[in-house]
Amino acid sequence: MQRQLANMKQSLFDQLEELQDDANPNFVEEVVTLYYRDSARLVQNIDKALEKNPVDFVKLDSYMHQFKGSSSSIGAKKVKIECTQFREYCRVGNGEGCKKTFQQVKREYATLRKKLEAYFQFARQVGPVEKACRRK
Amino acid sequence: MNPPPMSFTTSPSVSWKSVDAVSDQFPAGLRVLVVDDDPTCLRILEKMLRNCLYEVTKCSRAEVALKLLRDNKDGFDVVISDVHMPDMDGFKLLEHIGLEMDLPVIMMSADDSKSVVMKGVTHGACDYLIKPVRMEALKNIWQHVVRKTKHEWKEKDLEHSGSVEDGERNQRPNEDVDYSSSANEGNWKSSKRRKDEDDEAEERDDTSTMKKPRVVWSSELHQQFVTAVNQLGIDKAVPKKILELMNVPGLTRENVASHLQKYRLYLRRLSGQHQNGLGNSFMGPTDASFGSISPLNGLDLQALAASGQISPHSLATIQVAPLNRPTTTKSPISVPSLDQRNIFSFENPKIRFLEGQQQHNNSSNNNQVNLLHGIPTNMDSKQLTTLHQSPQPYSNMNMHVHTQGIPSAVLARNGIENVRGPTSVVDFSRGQPGNSSFSLVGNSGISSLASKGTIQEGFNMETKGSRGFVPNYDVFSELNQNRSDDWGLHNVGSTLNPNVQGGLDVGPSVLVQPGFSSFKQKSALGNNTNIGQQLNSSLNDNSLRIKAERLPNMGFHQNGLFNDHFGQEDLMSALLKQQQEGLGSVETEFGFDGYNLDNLPV
Repeated sequence: MQRQLANMKQSLFDQLEELQDDANPNFVEEVVTLYYRDSARLVQNIDKALEKNPVDFVKLDSYMHQFKGSSSSIGAKKVKIECTQFREYCRVGNGEGCKKTFQQVKREYATLRKKLEAYFQFARQVGPVEKACRRK
Repeated sequence: MNPPPMSFTTSPSVSWKSVDAVSDQFPAGLRVLVVDDDPTCLRILEKMLRNCLYEVTKCSRAEVALKLLRDNKDGFDVVISDVHMPDMDGFKLLEHIGLEMDLPVIMMSADDSKSVVMKGVTHGACDYLIKPVRMEALKNIWQHVVRKTKHEWKEKDLEHSGSVEDGERNQRPNEDVDYSSSANEGNWKSSKRRKDEDDEAEERDDTSTMKKPRVVWSSELHQQFVTAVNQLGIDKAVPKKILELMNVPGLTRENVASHLQKYRLYLRRLSGQHQNGLGNSFMGPTDASFGSISPLNGLDLQALAASGQISPHSLATIQVAPLNRPTTTKSPISVPSLDQRNIFSFENPKIRFLEGQQQHNNSSNNNQVNLLHGIPTNMDSKQLTTLHQSPQPYSNMNMHVHTQGIPSAVLARNGIENVRGPTSVVDFSRGQPGNSSFSLVGNSGISSLASKGTIQEGFNMETKGSRGFVPNYDVFSELNQNRSDDWGLHNVGSTLNPNVQGGLDVGPSVLVQPGFSSFKQKSALGNNTNIGQQLNSSLNDNSLRIKAERLPNMGFHQNGLFNDHFGQEDLMSALLKQQQEGLGSVETEFGFDGYNLDNLPV
């Protein structure tokens, strides 16, 4: 479990966790919460924009750019990869490709969320021990 | 040797800005404004920056950021801004900051495409971070503040004493070496002269009234300015008229002129989006050196040029330096640095020039002739024939080229125009009407014709060898647009800014199509004739002289470029020799009418 956690952290947060310190003991959670709050709005916007006919690719791209920006900031690599693909489809004006990729984006996004929730729950349980272990 | 003392105290705001007296905590407390519409990024950045011990202000809207900045002048040391923001594009914010407060701005975006990064750079960003931004990158951002501050000292130093330039050089031993090694031939006499000039310059400084308080260009003031410019039309907007239209008490023509200069650069950058394309073509191998070189070469050049006490020959010798270096490719790169970094630093030097160069009054015309004279001869190997076709106009052109500093801009621009090929002829003449001098000049017809012809020839020749030629095309058109602006300015004759600006321009355009430098020179020659004549007729003595001063600079630079791109060593050495010859003679004597004749037929 510890190892799993460590792996998860590495893949998910990259540098993020290093920022968590005494001044901001819940920094990671804070940021992730921020991310999900903000990105939910973006996901909605993108969904709406995709339904429009004709699709406004410029708008779509700008939403996705934002989404990609914050995703990459928290180290959500898989989400980011899908976002990049999405933007590529935007660029060439491939609406179907966008839609398909967006499903993929949402899937990764949901997976990440689950993982994160598990992580936070676990972190809370482990508490100080986990913290000590984090410092190595 | 001695770091310039006065400027430290005049440096505003923060104490640690004097880098020589940097405290141990130095970057700690750096005041950073972060602008990003993405709350997640903003929060992470804030935390990271705080971990760097910076003083962080975060802001999720560009408009708000701008207001913060305007309300707290000197309240921040550096700005980090996202590129994509809904209320205001990051580049727009960057422009505003550049125009209004001259702070180092770091752009960041998840978008790592070259074009966007390039856009950031061309818009004046001092750095571009790609998201996710890492701690490591943020730990280093203080360097931009230092760089900027150092740069400002230089400006001030130049105002204060003529010897600063030595100090600056000593701070950059590498550059120094280059100068001395390359300058040894041409410079031996100039040292004495320069000393005299130093003294003179200092005297003038003491009595001059040029230390005016810096005008703060608030958004309102800027708006007034823009309105005035628009009313006049960008081509015809000259500082004096703008000043009259703005009717703001306390504002001087110099203030307006310097702001106009910035504004033009700003416009150019805006319209210069294509420069992305250009970037691709020229940045390739030299990418890495771009950033690092610029402060060195660019600044030094500027310092030298600006300080005014330097005679044309010493300038020229400095320019020669890159030629001597094996890594010549770098030399052109220093030119754009002038454009991008020193945009804001020319105000004072300008003024200096007015006063400082008087001693060259009588001599400047002849003086410069030699310097540029090298150019046609340099081109000979490639375009000998064309030169021969029109020896007479050429000699004329040279004269004029030298009499004004504009060529730099014009050189590049027109060159570009012509490079376009057959249509260039049309362009050429079409471009002129905006320039009142064209019609006035008796010679111009001939010379332009001559240059047209030559250009086309040259064009063909060059196309073979030049790489990155095609991508540059878009740039040409862009530059053409700008060119007309500059013409307008140049016609003013009395304003210095245009010259300086012109000088700055050379870099980018030259760089854009290195392979073309030769046409540039040629076509420029043709064009310059016109300008030169116009100038002659209007002969605002000061400006004329100043222009003349600047010219050698650029001329030489182009030589350098020329060399680089042809990479022919014999050419190069020939070039060098010629230049130095020219230099030497300039020093000893100013009357060089005979010189052209000797040189031309080569």
